[in-house]
Amino acid sequence: MKSKFSRTGIYLFLFMGAALMVLPFYWMISGAFKTSAEITQFPPVWLPAGFNLDNFKFALETAPFATYFINSVIVTICCIVCCGFTTILAAFAFSRLQFPGRDLLFSLLLALMMIPFEMLIITNYRTIVAWDIHDTIIALIIPFTSSIFYTYILRNFFASIPDSLYQAARIDGCSNWKYLWKIMVPMAKPSLVTITLLNAIACWNSFLWPMLATNSPAVRTLPFGLYAFVTEGGAKTERMMAAAAIVVIPMILLFLFARKYIVNGVARGGLKG
Amino acid sequence: MKKRRNLKETLSPYLYLAPFLIGVIVFTLYPMINVFIMSFKENYKYLTGAFSGFGLDNYTTVLSDPYFQQAIINTFKYVLTVIPISTCLAIVLATLLNQNIKFKALLQTAYFLPMVTSVTAVGLAWKFMFNYNSGLINFFLNLFGFESINWLQSAGNNFLALVIYGIWSLLPFTIILLLSGLQNIDPLYNTAARIDGASPLRIFFKITIPLLAPTIFLVLIVNTISAFKVFNELFPLFNGPGVAYNLFTVVYYIYYQFRGLTPPKYGYAAAAAMILFVIIFCFTMLQLWLQKRASREG
Repeated sequence: MKSKFSRTGIYLFLFMGAALMVLPFYWMISGAFKTSAEITQFPPVWLPAGFNLDNFKFALETAPFATYFINSVIVTICCIVCCGFTTILAAFAFSRLQFPGRDLLFSLLLALMMIPFEMLIITNYRTIVAWDIHDTIIALIIPFTSSIFYTYILRNFFASIPDSLYQAARIDGCSNWKYLWKIMVPMAKPSLVTITLLNAIACWNSFLWPMLATNSPAVRTLPFGLYAFVTEGGAKTERMMAAAAIVVIPMILLFLFARKYIVNGVARGGLKG
Repeated sequence: MKKRRNLKETLSPYLYLAPFLIGVIVFTLYPMINVFIMSFKENYKYLTGAFSGFGLDNYTTVLSDPYFQQAIINTFKYVLTVIPISTCLAIVLATLLNQNIKFKALLQTAYFLPMVTSVTAVGLAWKFMFNYNSGLINFFLNLFGFESINWLQSAGNNFLALVIYGIWSLLPFTIILLLSGLQNIDPLYNTAARIDGASPLRIFFKITIPLLAPTIFLVLIVNTISAFKVFNELFPLFNGPGVAYNLFTVVYYIYYQFRGLTPPKYGYAAAAAMILFVIIFCFTMLQLWLQKRASREG
């Protein structure tokens, strides 16, 4: 009897906590459908009267959210493809190829991993200005084409594939390049999916760098575009919520479909963003 | 023919590494060295590149700047409130989520969701919930008989709003790491203790917590490092460092020195960045040391 009671308590506690965790999302998305009368009402309205799409329409009409959205998609895809490519090649070199100073170089790179990106922005900003790519889509992609962290994760996975497989393939005359793409990469698919998802989330949500590297609306990505919409437009709350929902919903969907991969990746990496 | 093949073999590792290394050198290694040197250049002029000499001028100026002192105090205050509270909450939640319970997938989805969403977008939802007149949080406060709080526009309360938002956004990541730590604990310990008649609370404090200690330390340090970089949250909630400029953080200070001021103070930004680096470096060393010790024991 007692255990049944404490079990109910556990469920109650867990569900209340879960409700608090999703409350901001519910409040954002329900707010996006509210009229301006509903949104300022106190006590607050829990359920908007109808599916009123005006706020979305307004957000899309007054700010180029469609452009921001496309830019975000382009930047995210370019980042995960470029970074994935450099990561696969480097992880292969660090795990299978022999060259002098390999392990020393790898430890040096691991030491670089603790440098916070926030302290590099000063010089990186000047680099993209010097290269004359300030305020272009390219400036949002180029600094993120290599990642020590993802290379480290993938190298560890590659290293766990038995070496004998590699030796056998080499004896059969398989080139490094072919071995990497035909055997290693398909085997590392779960790791690659995880890396790609974590990278996509980081790209999609990135705010500080796009805020520094872009000015004009034509090249903004969603999070900074959203912030500009809020500060420039003197936007009303319900419109702000509609715009915020546009930014958040794709990642919610991604999470619902790929939760296992994302959670495992985070647990394994033990590192954030 | 043979020689050419050898040459190709020797060169090929470097060709595989080249795309990756170029990126690392240009956007991590070079900026790091550059910031280090820049932080010692006195009277550095960005446009001409001229400077009067090397010295500790930038450091003394930054360290005596009230905004920087405030940034350091705020950042430490933030770390010392957000980290303990979110870690304790996460330990309890992770332990419960690790039980044999129903709706596990649903609950995990709810708890982990904030991790993948934009700080800027969700920050706006929090801003709306913190609203003085029509916000949800004041509604709940009134419901339980408390006065409404001016969360965002009062210099006395806005730090608390930042902390609440910080705890909420840190929880998912912390719970995930602790859950994976819990799953590595051999269930035999639990079973043995239960057979011996130990109460669940006793098992939690005497078995779960000690065995989870290495993971808890790891979480503490990784989260501390990320909390030292608090920055993004300031924009959606306060449009900057709060009313009366009372919410400067270290990263915001760096940003402010070279983006908020005209002409930009690159030297000061670089010195502040180096100070941030030293703080993070110390915590990373501590983390490595603890991990080494844990793996030696384990």
